[in-house]
Amino acid sequence: MTQAPPAAVDTAGVLGRPVDRVDGTAKTSGAVRFSTDYPYPDLAHAALVCATVARGRIISIDTAAATALPGVLAVLTHENAPTMNPPRAVTLLDLSTMAASSTVNVLNTDEVHWDGQPVAVAVATSPEAAAEAAALVRVDYQASPSAVDFDAALPDAVEQKNSMLAPAGGSKGDAERALAEAAVSVDLRFTTPGHNHNALEPHGTTAAWVGDELTVHDGTQSIEWTRRHLAHRFGVPVSNVRVIAPFVGGGFGGKARVWPGTVLAVLAARATGRPVRLLLTREAVYRTVGGRTPSVQRVALGATASGRLTALVHTSTTLTGRAGGSPEQVVSQSRHLYAAKHMLLRQSQVTLDLLPNTSMRAPGEAIGTYALEAAIDELAHRLDLDPVELRLRNEPERDPLDGKRFSHRRLRAALEVGAARFGWAGRSPDPRSMRDGRWLVGWGVAAAYHPSWQLPAALTLRLSADGSVVLRSALHEMGMGTATAQAQIVAHELGVPFESVRVEHGDSALPSGPPAGGSAQTASLAAAVLSVCAELRGAVHALARRSGSPLGRRPLAGLAARDGGLFGPDGGETYVEVLTRAGRAHLDASVGGGSRLRRFADQARFMTRLALDGRRWVRAASGAHFCEVRVDPDTGEVRVSRWVGVFDIGTVVNAKTAASQLRGGIVMGLGLALGEHTLVDPRTGRIMNANLSEYHVPVHADVPELDVSFLDDPDPTMPLGVLGAGEVGITGVGGAVANAVFHATGRRVYDLPITLDKLL
Amino acid sequence: MKDFGYRVAVDVAGAVAAVAAEPGARFLGGGTNLVDLMRSGVEHPDTLVDITRLPLDAVDELPDGGLRIGALVRNSDLAAHPAVRRRYPVLAQAVLSGASGQLRNMATVGGNLLQRTRCAYFYDQATACNRREPGSGCGAIGGFTRTHAILGTSPSCLATHPSDMCVALAALDAVVEVESVRGTRRVPLLDLHRLPGDTPHQETVLEPDELVTAVELPAAEVAAVSRYRKVRDRASYAFALVSVAAGLVVRDGAVVAVRLALGGVATKPWRAVEAERVLTGAPATEDSFRAAADAELATAVVQEDNGFKVELARRTIVATLHRLATEGSAA
Ligand SMILES: Cc1cc2nc3c(=O)[nH]c(=O)nc-3n(C[C@H](O)[C@H](O)[C@H](O)COP(=O)(O)OP(=O)(O)OC[C@H]3O[C@@H](n4cnc5c(N)ncnc54)[C@H](O)[C@@H]3O)c2cc1C
Ligand code: SF4
Repeated sequence: MTQAPPAAVDTAGVLGRPVDRVDGTAKTSGAVRFSTDYPYPDLAHAALVCATVARGRIISIDTAAATALPGVLAVLTHENAPTMNPPRAVTLLDLSTMAASSTVNVLNTDEVHWDGQPVAVAVATSPEAAAEAAALVRVDYQASPSAVDFDAALPDAVEQKNSMLAPAGGSKGDAERALAEAAVSVDLRFTTPGHNHNALEPHGTTAAWVGDELTVHDGTQSIEWTRRHLAHRFGVPVSNVRVIAPFVGGGFGGKARVWPGTVLAVLAARATGRPVRLLLTREAVYRTVGGRTPSVQRVALGATASGRLTALVHTSTTLTGRAGGSPEQVVSQSRHLYAAKHMLLRQSQVTLDLLPNTSMRAPGEAIGTYALEAAIDELAHRLDLDPVELRLRNEPERDPLDGKRFSHRRLRAALEVGAARFGWAGRSPDPRSMRDGRWLVGWGVAAAYHPSWQLPAALTLRLSADGSVVLRSALHEMGMGTATAQAQIVAHELGVPFESVRVEHGDSALPSGPPAGGSAQTASLAAAVLSVCAELRGAVHALARRSGSPLGRRPLAGLAARDGGLFGPDGGETYVEVLTRAGRAHLDASVGGGSRLRRFADQARFMTRLALDGRRWVRAASGAHFCEVRVDPDTGEVRVSRWVGVFDIGTVVNAKTAASQLRGGIVMGLGLALGEHTLVDPRTGRIMNANLSEYHVPVHADVPELDVSFLDDPDPTMPLGVLGAGEVGITGVGGAVANAVFHATGRRVYDLPITLDKLL
Repeated sequence: MKDFGYRVAVDVAGAVAAVAAEPGARFLGGGTNLVDLMRSGVEHPDTLVDITRLPLDAVDELPDGGLRIGALVRNSDLAAHPAVRRRYPVLAQAVLSGASGQLRNMATVGGNLLQRTRCAYFYDQATACNRREPGSGCGAIGGFTRTHAILGTSPSCLATHPSDMCVALAALDAVVEVESVRGTRRVPLLDLHRLPGDTPHQETVLEPDELVTAVELPAAEVAAVSRYRKVRDRASYAFALVSVAAGLVVRDGAVVAVRLALGGVATKPWRAVEAERVLTGAPATEDSFRAAADAELATAVVQEDNGFKVELARRTIVATLHRLATEGSAA
C-alpha cells in the first residue's frame, strides 16, 4: 500500500477564523457535566431557608417538623452548624480576598443583614425532601430598624473614593461654570433600577470531604479565588481544596465571588459527612446572589453653537449592602469618551440593608453609558446636529480627563462604518417624522466603551512526539468559547493544526488561570500563551541543537513556526521529527504558577504593571450601536426591529465566538433598556419578582437580527493585540434604544426600563 | 413541596368520585399552574387526581351552530382548531397570546379557566395576602401594584385575573359545564368567577369537587368579526397589562352588535357591559368608541403604580374597535 504524502498543514489564518467551539457537540448532546451533574455515592441534597426580614436577630428557629420529615439528614442553623472562619477583608495585596461576597459568616451568626440571607440549610436524601424540610423551618426574628429604600436614602449618599481597580471621579477646569456659560446646554437626571443575575444555569455546588480534603464542583468564574476562600473559611490548607468547574452555564459576574450557597454546600457536607449537592432555586439566586445596583445619575453637557463640548458633568449615586458589595464605576466611560474642556465626574454611594451588589456585565458602564449617551443625543437634538456628527466633532486626540495617550482609538471608524452599514444617512432628523404603517419608527445611535484589563495567568504547554499539543490552565469556560480561542492562539503561535491542540481547563489541579471577569480572560491568557509558546519554541530549538538536527545550526530568530514545526527560508523540521530524533516523548513549558513566593511576586509584578500601564495608557474596547425601534402610537409598546453594532475589540481571535459575545451583550442590553427591573419592596427590602415570569429579560421575539462586525485592528500595546469582548457589547445599548425611542416618539425616557406606561 | 398521592382517572364518574371522597384531593390538568403553586407552597393538596386521560379532549359542533370544547382540549389545539379560528377568531388569538408554546401544549381549557392570580404577594409566603390566607391583609396595597386591577377591586384584594382565554370567553357568552357526584350543571362564564369583595379566597362559584367537563360557545354573527389585542411588557411570554376582546358588526355606519371584554385590568374576566350599552346603535366612529371606553372605565379605582391602565385601556379599546371596523378580524 502506498502512503499518500503528508498533506500540507494549513495553519495560516487560524487566528480569527470562525472555528466552531470545541465543546459544541458535547454540550448540545448533553454529554457535558455542570457542577450539579456529578454523581457521588450517598449523595445528599441541600436546600436553603432564607431570612424574611431585612435586618434583625433570630430569636428562635423551630426545626422540629423539618427534622422529622422522612429522608431528612440534618437541618443546620446557627445553633448547630460547624464553626467557620469569617470571610477575610478585601485587600489589594491578595486579589483572592475579593472572592468574599459579603462580611456575613452565614449560619455562624444569629444576625440578619438582608432579606434573603440564608439562616438554615436542610439536608436530605432527595432534593424534594430537602426543599420541603426547608419550607417547614419556622424562624422568629426580632427585626431592627432597617434602611432599604434607595430613593429615600439618596440624601445620605457618601462620595466614593478612587481605587486602582475601580476609578471613581475626577475633574478638570471648572465644569459647573462652563456649563452655566455654554451657548447650548442640557442638564439631565436619569435613573436606572437594580438588576439581578439570571444565568441559564442557577448557582450550584457539589461538595465532598474526605477527611480534611475537599473537592468542590462549583459553577464559578474564579476557580482559584473560590479555592482560597473555601480553604480559609474551613481552616484547611489551600492544597487540600480542589475546585472543579470545566463548564459553567453563564456567569456574567454573578459567579465571580463566592455566594452563600457554595459555602453552605461545603458546610453541609462537613456536618453530615456525606457529599452534598446544592442547586439554588431561581428564587434563591435572586435572594442570595447580588446583582447590579440601581442608580441616579446627573449628566450635564455644555457646548458651543457649533457643537464643541465645553462642559461635561457626570455624577452618580449607587448603593451597596451594609454587609458588602462592590463599587460600580458608573462614570468611568465619561472620563474617556468626549473631548470636553471642563469636566466633573463624581460617584457617591448609599449603604442599605440589602443583598450586597456585585459585578454584572460591565458594572458601572452598562448604566453609565445609558445616561451619557442619552444626554449626548439630547444635546445633538438641541444643537440641531446629527448625533453621529456631534460625536465625531468631540472625538478626542488624547484622554480628555488627564491627557494620557490612547493605546489605540478606533471609535471614529466604528461610528462611520456603523453608520454606513445601517444606512444612517437616510434618517430624517426630526422626532416623530418616520413611520411604517401605524408604527412610529425611530433610529438611535450610541457609543460603546469598556476599559481593558489584563490579569496574571499560569499555564503549562506540552508538545508530544505524535505532534499533539496540550494547554493546561484552570481557565473558565462559561459558554464563551475560551478553550477554543486559546487553542487557536496556540495553533497560531506553534504553527500546528488547530485540531492537534487540546485545552484542559476548569480545575484547580491545573495551573491557575485568571478569574473570568472584567472582559480580561482572553487577553490575560493570550499574554501567557504567547510566552509559553515562545518558551516551547526555544526548548524545541535547544533540543534540536543537542540532538544534532540541522535546525539547531540556524538561529531561532530566523525560524518561523509553521507547518507543524520550525522552518527557515531553506527548510526546517517538524516538531515530530525533532522529538523523534531526540527520543523524547514530549517537551514541556510553563509560565506563572509555582511557589507561594512566586505567586506573591507575580501579583506584585501585576499590580506594578497595572499602575504603570494605567499611568501610560488608556486602553479600552469600544464600538458603535445603531438601532431601529418601532413604537405603537396607541399603546407605547416598543419593539426593536434592526440592529447594527461595529466594534473595536483589537485582534479578533475567533470571529464566531467573539460575535456571540457581542450579540449576547446586546441582548442583555435590550433587557436593561426595556425590561429588567428588580422590584425591591421599599417597605420591607424584599425582592418581589424573584422569578423569570415577572423579571423581564428579553425573549426571542424581542430580539431582531443583530448585525455585529469588527474593525479587527490589533491594539499595539496588548499581547496579540487583544482587547476584551465580553462586556463592551452591553455598553451603550440602553442609550441607543432610548435615543431611538426619542426619535420615534419625541419622548425621552429618563428612567429605565423603557416600559410602555412611560410613553403613553 | 410536601408528599402527595397521585391517581389517574380514566372516566369522569371515577374522577369526580375520587375528588368528592377526599377533602384534600384536587384535579390535575396540565399542571402548569397547580404544580407551580404547590412548589411555592401556596397550595398543598394531599392527592392529585390526574384527569388528562379523560375523554374530554374534543371540539364538537353544536346543533345551533355553536361549538362544544372539551375541558381537556390543550390550549395549543384550541388555538389551532379551524372552526375556532374561523368562527371565533378572538378566542384563537387570545389563547395564542398566552404563556409560551411549551405551556400551551400542556395547559388545558379547564385548567386555564381556573388558573389563579399572578399577584406577587399571593405567591410569596413571606408576605400577607387575604386570598392565600383569609384575614391576613393585602401585601399589594401600598406595595407594587403595576400589574394589579383597576376594575372590580375591593379593599381586601386587587389581584388581576390573569387568563387571556377567559377574556375571549367572556366576550363570547360562553357557558361552562360542570359535573360532580351531585350531577351536571351549567354556569355562564360571566358567573363562574367571583369578585373579591371581602372573601377573595373564594375565587369561583364551583365546589372543590366539581369537574369542568366542557365549555360551550353559542353561535353568534358578531363572534366571527372579532379580535383579541393584548398589550404587555415584552413581545411574548408576559401577562397582559391590558387586553381587549372585541367583536363588532357595523351596518350602514352604525353598530348593530358589539362584544367587549377586558383583561389585565380586572379581578375577573371583565365583560364591558357599560361600553356595549353605549355603543349599541351608535355610529361606528372613534368618538363613540372613546365614549364607550370612558363609560366602562368611569368606575376604575387606581393604585399608586397602575393608574396608567386607565389611559392604556381606553386607547386599546378604541384602537381595537377601530381596527375591527376597518380591517375585520385578520390578526
Ligand atoms: C410562566 C407562565 C406564563 C403564563 N402566561 C400566561 C399568559 O400570558 N396568559 C394566560 O392566560 N395564561 C398564562 N399562563 C397560565 C396558563 O395559561 C395556565 O397555567 C394554564 O392554562 C393552566 O392549565 P392547566 O391545565 O395546566 O391547569 P392546572 O395547573 O392543571 O390546574 C389549574 C387549576 O385548575 C384546576 N382544574 C384543572 N382542570 C380542571 C377541570 N377540568 N375541572 C376542575 N378543575 C380543574 C386544578 O385543580 C387547579 O386548581 C402562564 C403560566 C406560566 C407558568
Ligand atoms: S391583591 Fe389580593 S392576591 Fe394580591 S396580596 Fe392582596 S389579597 Fe393577596
